[in-house]
Amino acid sequence: MIRRETLQAWALILPALVLLVAFTHWPAVTTVVDSFYSTPKGSRPPRFVGVDNYAALWDDVVFWKAFWNNLWYALATIPASVILALAMALAVNTALPGRALVRMAYFTPTMLPMIAVANIWLFFFTPDYGLFDHVLSLFGGARHNWLGEPATALPAMMVVAVWKEAGFFMIFYLAALQAMPPDLQEASNLEGGSRWYFFRRVTLPLLMPTTLFVLVNAVINAFRVVDHVVVMTRGGPNNATNLLLYYIYEMGFRFWDTAMAATLTVVLLVMLGALAWLQFGVFGKRVHYR
Amino acid sequence: MIKRRSLLAAGLALPAVARAQTVQKLSFYYPIAVGGPIPAIIEGYCKEFQAATGIEVTPVYAGNYGETLTKAVTAIKGGQGPQMAVLLAAEMHSLQDMDILVSLDEIGLDAAGKAWMEGFYPAFLANSHAEGKLWSVPFQRSTAVMYYNKAAFAEAGLDPEVFPKTWAQLQAAAAKLTKRDASGRVTRWGVKMAGDTGNAQWTFGALANQAGHVLMNQAGTEAYFNSPKAVEALSYWQGLATVHKASPDGVSNWPQLSPDFLEGNAAIIQHTTGNLTNVRTNAKFPFGVAGLPGRDGPRTVVGGGNLYFFKNATPAERMASLKFARFMSEPARAADWSIKTGYIATRPEAYETKALRDYVAGFPPADVARGFLPVAVGELSTFENQKIYAALTNNVQACLNGTKTAAAAMADTQAEADRILKPYKKA
Repeated sequence: MIRRETLQAWALILPALVLLVAFTHWPAVTTVVDSFYSTPKGSRPPRFVGVDNYAALWDDVVFWKAFWNNLWYALATIPASVILALAMALAVNTALPGRALVRMAYFTPTMLPMIAVANIWLFFFTPDYGLFDHVLSLFGGARHNWLGEPATALPAMMVVAVWKEAGFFMIFYLAALQAMPPDLQEASNLEGGSRWYFFRRVTLPLLMPTTLFVLVNAVINAFRVVDHVVVMTRGGPNNATNLLLYYIYEMGFRFWDTAMAATLTVVLLVMLGALAWLQFGVFGKRVHYR
Repeated sequence: MIKRRSLLAAGLALPAVARAQTVQKLSFYYPIAVGGPIPAIIEGYCKEFQAATGIEVTPVYAGNYGETLTKAVTAIKGGQGPQMAVLLAAEMHSLQDMDILVSLDEIGLDAAGKAWMEGFYPAFLANSHAEGKLWSVPFQRSTAVMYYNKAAFAEAGLDPEVFPKTWAQLQAAAAKLTKRDASGRVTRWGVKMAGDTGNAQWTFGALANQAGHVLMNQAGTEAYFNSPKAVEALSYWQGLATVHKASPDGVSNWPQLSPDFLEGNAAIIQHTTGNLTNVRTNAKFPFGVAGLPGRDGPRTVVGGGNLYFFKNATPAERMASLKFARFMSEPARAADWSIKTGYIATRPEAYETKALRDYVAGFPPADVARGFLPVAVGELSTFENQKIYAALTNNVQACLNGTKTAAAAMADTQAEADRILKPYKKA
């Protein structure tokens, strides 16, 4: 005989369970299954191909290009946006005239939709008469085809991402800093600790839980946010700005190669899973919660 | 149980039957690739159609060509979607491969219908024939043309009324038009052509035809990039920047070309005829429209969108859609569309209408592109079209950025294209 409480418990989690299964677990499972089949085309149904799709991906130069691009993109944007966020939070946490205004200015990029942001930056990066080239030309700078040259296209996308992300992370740091009891600072002053010493030995360790949270978000965003790629470069020139998620979109909805798109998705899922394990399993242990 | 299911099926089938008899509503997706108040114009035509036939057509603006294709196919694969859509003429093979199209022959063309199809410019039907059937109706059609700044021509000592006809002439003119300030910084480029994703293959298609080369077979199962003529076409493009210093290094973006031209930053741009009205409205200097030059003489490529019909529509809906297509191509409407956008009217008879005759007489650039239809070829169109476009675009961009030679870029494109098209090769 099933106990009444058990039934009630199941009934209570049922709505959440249905949503999770329908929109997360079931699609994930079918994605894995699809990655072992060929793409159905009109009259040709999908057939089982084993690991052929994975082998094709291994030989796909565009995939590796997107993979390395995404890695550099993550390695550059994550530390940059987190450090910038911390610096901005420390700056607006002090008694500053017009503090509210500065805080708002730092937070504005977060409130704007990425599509709008990308269009504004598209103008900044325009060769010859765009903002950057215009300002640089006043100092005798040469012409830059920021988004058209492989050497500058990806860094240009990174700048947009950092500009957009930093303000968002700043809010979390600011909240953590505000929650810090002021008597710690007073005690440190009495003991004659320098400001740098206090920051290094007190502020930073106390911010570790926030940093972990921010890092997790930053890692996810480095692989999740590709709106600016769609608007600004569509992965070009010659895949210089192609990122993994954008490549999945291209595979799935431009080439209609659903099997390869599923294979790419599985690879990205495994990568993100490994990263999450690393963050919570390894770094998480070193974070002290109060 | 069985009883309940058949009841259910009957219940579902009923509205379909009712709909099959009298079609009240149709919807179609369309893209916008040029400036101007396109949605208002399209909605106007749909209202006229409703007034004439009682059938309500809902036009849905769905983004650029690529986005419209994605949205239409996604909607159809999801079990619903429009009965028709304006998509790139060159997508015919790919759409057919998805098994979502219905051919005009299948919908049913009577003698009058067949005569009607024969009334289009043949160049605009170049991307409509496959397997002995007709798959689409020309709608917003264009060719690539050159827009040039006459003031800049005069300033550079060139005759503003004579546009270059050969590659050599264009190279020389573009070099002269390129202006540098005291520090050597370019303030005006001679010529700009789009090499960004989504447009590089169109620019290159025109160049290949200019070199006298055809890029694919009619069946769309083979592509020919690894030929000396294709390499020559790409070398010419690259050389405008690297040899003649008359075009910026690297990739120029399509959306940027019109502003560049209107700002005076580029003296010549290669763009679509569909942009004519936009340029006319916004140019603050006298400008000219000319056909594209070629290695030996003018050659161009057609472009733009055709109206496709989808399998998911009921037979009655298909008939109504065809009626709509015929309505849209009536001479007066085709003329009106051409005047308001700059697209080429798809049928010669539109140019017999008073409205278009008067317009062309008062604004001769509007009639330039039509004169180049006899030297125009169809767009690059194969199976797995977008994959082929991507392979070509990546390699063209690598060449323009100086990381590959033209020969290597074409060889790599060929290898990639062969791999992609392998399943379609008939043994």
